[in-house]
Amino acid sequence: MNTTGERKVILHEMSLRDGMHPLRHQMSTAQMVAVACAADEAGIPWIEVSHGDGLGGSSVNYGFAAHDDLDYLRAVVPRMKQAKVSALLLPGIGTVDMLKQAMDCGISGVRIATHCTEADCAEQHIRHAAGTGIDTVGFLMMAHRASPEKLAEQARLMESYGAGTVYCTDSAGYLLPADVTARIGALRDALRPETGVGFHGHNNLGMAIANSLAAVQAGAGRIDGALAGLGAGAGNAATEQLVAVFNRMGIATGVDLFGVQDAAEDLVVPMMERPIRVDRSSLILGYAGVYSSFLLFAERAEQRYGIPARDLLIELGRQGMVGGQEDMIEDLALTMRAKASQQG
Amino acid sequence: MSRKLGALIIGPGNIGTDLLMKMARSEWIEPRWMVGIEPQSEGLKRAAAMGLRTSAQGVAGALPHVLDDDIRIAFDATSAYAHAENARLLNQLGVMMIDLTPAAIGPFCVPPVNLAEHVRAARMNVNMVTCGGQATIPMVAAVSRVQPVDYGEIVASVSSRSVGPGTRRNIDEFTRTTAAAVETVGGARRGKAIIIVNPAEPPLIMRDTVHVLTQGAPDQQKITESVQAMLAEVQKYVPGYRLVNGPVFDDRRVSLFLEVEGLGDFLPKYAGNLDIMTAAALRTAELFAVEAAEGRIALPARGQGGKP
Repeated sequence: MNTTGERKVILHEMSLRDGMHPLRHQMSTAQMVAVACAADEAGIPWIEVSHGDGLGGSSVNYGFAAHDDLDYLRAVVPRMKQAKVSALLLPGIGTVDMLKQAMDCGISGVRIATHCTEADCAEQHIRHAAGTGIDTVGFLMMAHRASPEKLAEQARLMESYGAGTVYCTDSAGYLLPADVTARIGALRDALRPETGVGFHGHNNLGMAIANSLAAVQAGAGRIDGALAGLGAGAGNAATEQLVAVFNRMGIATGVDLFGVQDAAEDLVVPMMERPIRVDRSSLILGYAGVYSSFLLFAERAEQRYGIPARDLLIELGRQGMVGGQEDMIEDLALTMRAKASQQG
Repeated sequence: MSRKLGALIIGPGNIGTDLLMKMARSEWIEPRWMVGIEPQSEGLKRAAAMGLRTSAQGVAGALPHVLDDDIRIAFDATSAYAHAENARLLNQLGVMMIDLTPAAIGPFCVPPVNLAEHVRAARMNVNMVTCGGQATIPMVAAVSRVQPVDYGEIVASVSSRSVGPGTRRNIDEFTRTTAAAVETVGGARRGKAIIIVNPAEPPLIMRDTVHVLTQGAPDQQKITESVQAMLAEVQKYVPGYRLVNGPVFDDRRVSLFLEVEGLGDFLPKYAGNLDIMTAAALRTAELFAVEAAEGRIALPARGQGGKP
């Protein structure tokens, strides 16, 4: 089933970047190419390819990827017929030098991500990217930790550095539809009309599709999805579900529903090492407001130190840990185990 | 005759002021001048109230007085951009530079690892790497002095309130400079650095994680002993430097989970990141002063201009 008419929402495919988290960043280049080609064939306009934590994310702290970001990009980019490829970059982890290398591999866009209150850490990266003319997106993560007003202020900073689009990124899958409406509305009001607004959801509370709809209705023009939901925690909004729902609503995406369905079922689901679903741990990510990629680390800490992942995640949320502080999970497990043995 | 060396602080911001407060207690370094570029600077006013000579004309304001006031050491807490010229002007007059900017014209200095070597060589410019580097490189070195380290990675988590606009505008300097020093000073064959800015309230104390991958299985007992010895060395100048957890041994991975609480001189105690920079810079200057006083190194010769 093809939708025709003017494209109203731009879908951005996350399975080859956010989907790296549940696969421990071990995707093969062949898998990436197969999924990217199917997504391209189905008409998805943007596909993100990077380590789950962005360029330079390959590390002890976040997990070493099976291949270098540049190898993934070199494999995928030349195969695209219509889709554009983006990379993610978190200042503090990735650098402008890494962005330049990714640009040499032919990326058409970059998304520069900071915690929702720290947009000014992205100035040099956004300025550089915007200066080259590639599609430059500011990505405000853990958006539940900022009020709509604060988020709008930070979005304006990113816009002032040159970002053409700013995202409200629900990294913890914590937001409810009304929270999304308020935040997207605040961004839409605060930013220039020509600046785009986007939304990136996680399904930890089962809200990814509902939140994406709320975002579109509040004025977001770009929505992130992942085939079969392949993303951190309980996954992202499933691309095929987004397309089906947008079709029903008469919102054009330019994406072929059957094409993305088949890609999700035939290519992505078989890659999964575990079902991507709202389970005991991933629900807690959304409930406690914790960065979704903490999931596997908390479960690993449970196995090694005997502290339940759920307890770790709730405490990490209470302490206000932000994206990138994966090291604090093992640290907390050690501290909690020491405390338990003192009391025991 | 005072054995103290006279010092100039360039930059009256948080770092310069914290440095001044620590220096006021030093037995070896005497703060004499502070310069900035804002006439209304609170930092300059505070320094003047503490009896320092000040100028809002930058280094140019202090240059004519360097010899008369016997300034021997300058601490640069400005920017990488400004440092190159500051260093050129002051080195010409025989003033040794301690560089707290990311300029890194001189070699990296992490006191418990390589300060003695720089002092023996009577270096005229040393660079204090970064806050994350000062907090972690001693521990990378504590492992690499036991056995070869293939890879060293550090993660510095700092409170949003303690990260100034200069660092934010140029956060790549942090990752690049720290990673380079993890290799050259820490002794890792390959280095990586990550910085995370956390806005939690109340502010989190600086946390630093060190992950290294050793060549071959880690010698757990020797590494643990070496880490404990290094901890004591850093605590000599940063009493709030603590090993919260670790060493964790997991195959070839050795991980250490550190916390750096500052002294709370000018910056709050959570800002251990700034404190460890100023404490390391002052310790560096003090060792130069001790060695000069003991006659083991010679300060650059000067004419009759200097005070006795």
